This record gives sequence, C-alpha cells and structure tokens, in this order.
Amino acid sequence: MNLSYLLDPAHWDFSDGSIPMLIVSHLWYVLLSLAIGTVVALPIGLWIGHTGRGSFLAINAGNAGRSLPTLGLLMLMVTLLGLGLTPVLIALTVLVIPPVLTSAYAGIRNLDHRVVDAAKGVGMRPWQVLTKVELPMALPVLMSGFRSAALQVVATATVAAAVGLNGLGRLLIDGLAVNDYSRVLAGAIVVAVLAVVLDLILALAQRWVVSPGLSKR
Amino acid sequence: MTTYLSNNWDTVLTALEQHIWLALLPVVIGLVAALPIGYLGVRFPWLYHPLVNVCGVLYSIPSLALFVFLPVILGTKILSPLNIVVALTIYTVALLARTVADGLKAVDPLVVQSATAMGYRRFRRLTDVELPVALPVILAGLRVATVANISLVSVGALIGVGGLGQLFTRGFQLFYVEPIVVGIVLSVLLAGLADLIIVLLGRLITPWIRFQEAAS
Repeated sequence: MNLSYLLDPAHWDFSDGSIPMLIVSHLWYVLLSLAIGTVVALPIGLWIGHTGRGSFLAINAGNAGRSLPTLGLLMLMVTLLGLGLTPVLIALTVLVIPPVLTSAYAGIRNLDHRVVDAAKGVGMRPWQVLTKVELPMALPVLMSGFRSAALQVVATATVAAAVGLNGLGRLLIDGLAVNDYSRVLAGAIVVAVLAVVLDLILALAQRWVVSPGLSKR
Repeated sequence: MTTYLSNNWDTVLTALEQHIWLALLPVVIGLVAALPIGYLGVRFPWLYHPLVNVCGVLYSIPSLALFVFLPVILGTKILSPLNIVVALTIYTVALLARTVADGLKAVDPLVVQSATAMGYRRFRRLTDVELPVALPVILAGLRVATVANISLVSVGALIGVGGLGQLFTRGFQLFYVEPIVVGIVLSVLLAGLADLIIVLLGRLITPWIRFQEAAS
C-alpha cells in the first residue's frame, strides 16, 4: 500500500477514468442530489416548522431516511430502471432529504417564541414572518443539517461504482478487483479531501449567509 | 415475494443474524470507547476542537474504503467479519465521542457546583451526576449511530461480508428484484426495532425526564 497511484501524473491527465474526471462525475452526483433533496425537503421542513402541523413526520423522517440502506436502494433502482444517472440520484437524494427536512423544522421550532410573536405584532404577514424572521434565524441550524447531508453524500456516492457507474468509487471497486491497494488508497484519500474541502466551502457560505446579528460577529 | 421467502428462508435468516451481529457489536464497543474519549474532550477544553475535527474526518472516509483497507492494516483476511466490526466501531466512536462531549458540556454548571459542594469527588461526580444528566443527549446520539450502522453493514456485501447486503448483491447480479426488496424491508424493520428499543430503554433509565415533563 503506497501513494504511487495517487502521485502518478498519468492518472491526472483528464482522460477517461483519470482522477480529475472521476472527481467531476463524483461532484456531479453529489451536487445534483443535494440540489434535488433540498428543493424537495426545504419547503416541507419550513412549512412544518412554521405551522407546527405534521411535526411527527419531521421528527421521524430523520431516522427513517437513515435506516434505508443506500446500496440496496441503488441496486433496486438499477434493477427496475436500468443503468443511468436516475437510480444514483434517487438513492442519494433519499440521504439528503431527512437531515435537511429535520433541521429546517428544528431550526424554526426552537426559535424564541417572543421573536415570532413580535414579528406578528408589528404587522408582518405569515409569509413575511417566515421569510424575514424564521428562515434567517433558523439558518445556523439549517446549514449544519445541510453540511452533514453533504458530508454523507460525498462519502456514500462511492457506491455508484458498485453498479458500474462512475464517481470516485471506481478507484475503490476497480482497485479492489485487481488487488491494487494503492488505487484504493488514492480513492479513499481523494474522497476524504473532497469532503473536507466541501465542508470548508459550506462553512464559509454559512458565515456569509447567516446574519451578523445571529453569529455575534 | 412470499415464494422467494419460503424458498430461501434459511439464507435470509442467516443473513439477518449476521447483520444483527455486525451492526450491534460495534455500537456496544463504540459506546464504551466513546465515553472516556468524550470525557477527555471536556476535561481538557483544548482537546475539544481537535476531537471534533478528527471525528468529522473519520466519518467522511467512505465505508467501502475502510472495509477494504482494514485487512491490510489489521492483517485479517478480506472475508473476515472482523473488518466490518472494526470499521463500524470507528464510525460509532467518531459519532458518539462528540455527542458525549457535547452532552457533558451542556450539563448546567450549577448542578456540577452543587454536587462538588455536597462532597462529590471528580469520578463519582461524573458517574453519579454528570453522566446521568447528559444521558438524553448521549441516547439521541446512540440512536443515530445504531440506525446508521444497520444501514451501513450492507455495504460490506461488496467485499463479501454484509449480512442482508448479500441479498442486494445477489438480486443485482441475477437481475431479480425480490431478494433486494426483502433485504431492504428487513434492514429498515431491524433499524426501527433497534431504535424503539433504545427509546424505551432510555425512558426506563431516565425516569426523572417524565416527571420534569409532567411538572412543566
């Protein structure tokens, strides 16, 4: 086991199956499923948090989603729908929805009640209360849910290679198939670095979007 | 579905049994290991941030990579269940050490001071006061770790040891939906059941929470 595969310039030349191309396809899976999952889960989470209706769903969605085995879901989808981007996106989106939904709900629910009452008291409409008060104040919690979803998806997107698709899992699966541990190590390192870098970017984004009044800067 | 189950009952049962062992053994070992590690993160505040970061990085290593590497590092056979157990223990510790530290940190300082004033030494104060007060947080983390482990075990099927995950790979290779669905359903049921057991156990060992809720 050594770093030879990772450091070999021949594996960084942007040809098919090279590390940069695998990073691109990996990121593509990750970003698409994060986007779809957020578009689906965020409105539901905000609505449940805002109205207080259906909180049972929001609380239990987290554990229910986590308990679905991604590999099984992916293999089921590929068996039903055939090989392609859709099965991967379905399997990964299922990972994104629970943390985003639960954190959106929790972020709004745990707000100081007096703030929301004050917003209503100064004459804000429900929509304004949600967009101008509840959502901005729930952002720190919401962002931490989104970041944990992102971390999980980056690590889990490797299973796409198990059904013959791309992504950094290729290095793991192919390396294992030919007993090339240096290739497996390269895959593991690149995925871990990708996860850390993505988390750093999201941490910066969080500093930028969260109101200074909340983060006390 | 029922014909598949009746024809392959033994296979499914063996896979389920292996799944339970592979998922839950790491939870127990991980909890035992995470308690002292989490405590160190509170006892020595400068350790807290490095601890959180190391846990985060450990958790971002893909499970597949960890399953493949452990034989090389531990010298075990690639088909040894030990690889899965050690890998999931690492994830469990990464998740729980932080939860334990956060739970202990959140204990009201007044409670700690009162205990000290009543004559509790550091160790007894930890086991008799701080840990019980932090229990709800730790149990919440334990639920997450247990459910995550149960769904992660199946990835082990890609290297040949994966409990119910073997039903996934078999179904996938034969292009046969039934075993995959059976595997998913059993895995989800198992996770739900384990989660329920922890919740009930938690109620049993933290009776004061119910009194607090009734009082407020």
